[in-house]
Amino acid sequence: MMALPQFFDLQGYGHLLMEGAAITVGVGIAAMAVSLVLGMLGALARLSERRWLRRTGAVYTTVVRGVPELVLMLIVYYGGTVLLQKLLSLSGGDIRVDIDAFLAGTIVLGFVYGAYATEIFRGAFLAIPQGQIDAGQAYAMSPGQIFFRIKLPQAWRLAIPGLGNLWLTLLKATSITSVIGLTELARQSDLIKSPTHKPFTTFFLASLLYLAMTALSDLLRLRAERWASAGFRRS
Amino acid sequence: MWNGIDFELVYTSLPELAGGLVTTIQLTILTILGGIVLALPLGIARTSPLKSVSLPIWAYTYFFRGTPMLIQLFLIYYGLAQFKTLRASFLWPILRDGYWCCLIAFTLNTAAYTIEIIAGAIRNVPHTDIEAARAMGMSAMTTMRRITLPIALRILFPAYTNEVIFVLQSTSLASMVTVLDMTGVARIIIARTFSPYEIFITIAVVYLMLTYATLWLFRRFEFHLYRHLRSHASAVAAVPALR
Repeated sequence: MMALPQFFDLQGYGHLLMEGAAITVGVGIAAMAVSLVLGMLGALARLSERRWLRRTGAVYTTVVRGVPELVLMLIVYYGGTVLLQKLLSLSGGDIRVDIDAFLAGTIVLGFVYGAYATEIFRGAFLAIPQGQIDAGQAYAMSPGQIFFRIKLPQAWRLAIPGLGNLWLTLLKATSITSVIGLTELARQSDLIKSPTHKPFTTFFLASLLYLAMTALSDLLRLRAERWASAGFRRS
Repeated sequence: MWNGIDFELVYTSLPELAGGLVTTIQLTILTILGGIVLALPLGIARTSPLKSVSLPIWAYTYFFRGTPMLIQLFLIYYGLAQFKTLRASFLWPILRDGYWCCLIAFTLNTAAYTIEIIAGAIRNVPHTDIEAARAMGMSAMTTMRRITLPIALRILFPAYTNEVIFVLQSTSLASMVTVLDMTGVARIIIARTFSPYEIFITIAVVYLMLTYATLWLFRRFEFHLYRHLRSHASAVAAVPALR
């Protein structure tokens, strides 16, 4: 049986895991920002009075939620590379295209989780009592004023528990950006498992780093929920 | 020049992709079954008032729900080789195999989520129903079997449906450890033909159909779970699944 310190010694490769963790958090936050924007737009489309917007929103959430993230990641990355290459070769010459992995990862994860955020925001908007909107209209507020003063502030509050879950799922899903070569935590651990000859230790330490991130997120989520429901009495 | 989609390639790849589809469905069903077998007793035990029983189960679900499935898969597929005793054991032929590692990792992962779903549902069974059963003289076991679990099943069903969809889609990770599921087969075809669009879009459509077919099947079953209420109009109005 190996002694514990020896078991956990990564022979100087440990800092690479930390660097990977930083990229994981980075791509996670960037993708979350994209998904919040897409989610808000998607929810507005799904609740729009225009039929084609509702249809577009529904197709977006239906398709994205029905296909594995890994497959979408591969489609955008490899498909995008081939498409760009073909488009650029129109302007003459043989050009090799390399899509930036961080950008591609952010776009795909943002696009996928935007579909889930759409459903969360839609539910939040629907949960606002109609009476408040009627009241806004009775005060002669314009639709824009009703949206920014009545709907939006409350939708945020109602969406926070769902968005907290979304963030936790997204954070873990960043691990699949490793297939397109982004050196985040999963890819880094995959890279150093051989030179250290300690694959279990490597992946176990990586999983502890993920666990630390999710535990911290969970804590922040609880605080955010408390903050968002300040001034609201739960009877 | 953009030439559009090569339908012939899609057509000629179908038999190969169908083979991968079988593996995908097989992995999904075995994972779901393994998950239920593990999660049912552990989910009940999770609600135990004894900390010595519920705490270890909490630790297990916390780890598996707090880390990515891909890392769990790598931990088993690549990680176990670090232990010499394991490499020398009779289990090694199984633990070295990508397919088995997927089954183990996916099952442990879905069991963790399912345990929390089951435990949450059990906690939400109305107390009055359980008290009524005890007042009728049912033992703790009988109450669990005839009252608590059937009611919990109806409560947990929507959440569990989502979990099944999650498992179905996660099986695509099997392609990361050399397993030839549908995604794995697709990646091999693409490496050979370098036409990512045709093949990836084809499998995306198949996953889409699988997802919504599963959803439809589970909704049907959920409807079936409420059959005893269906003749009462007021009860029907109270149950979202029947509306």
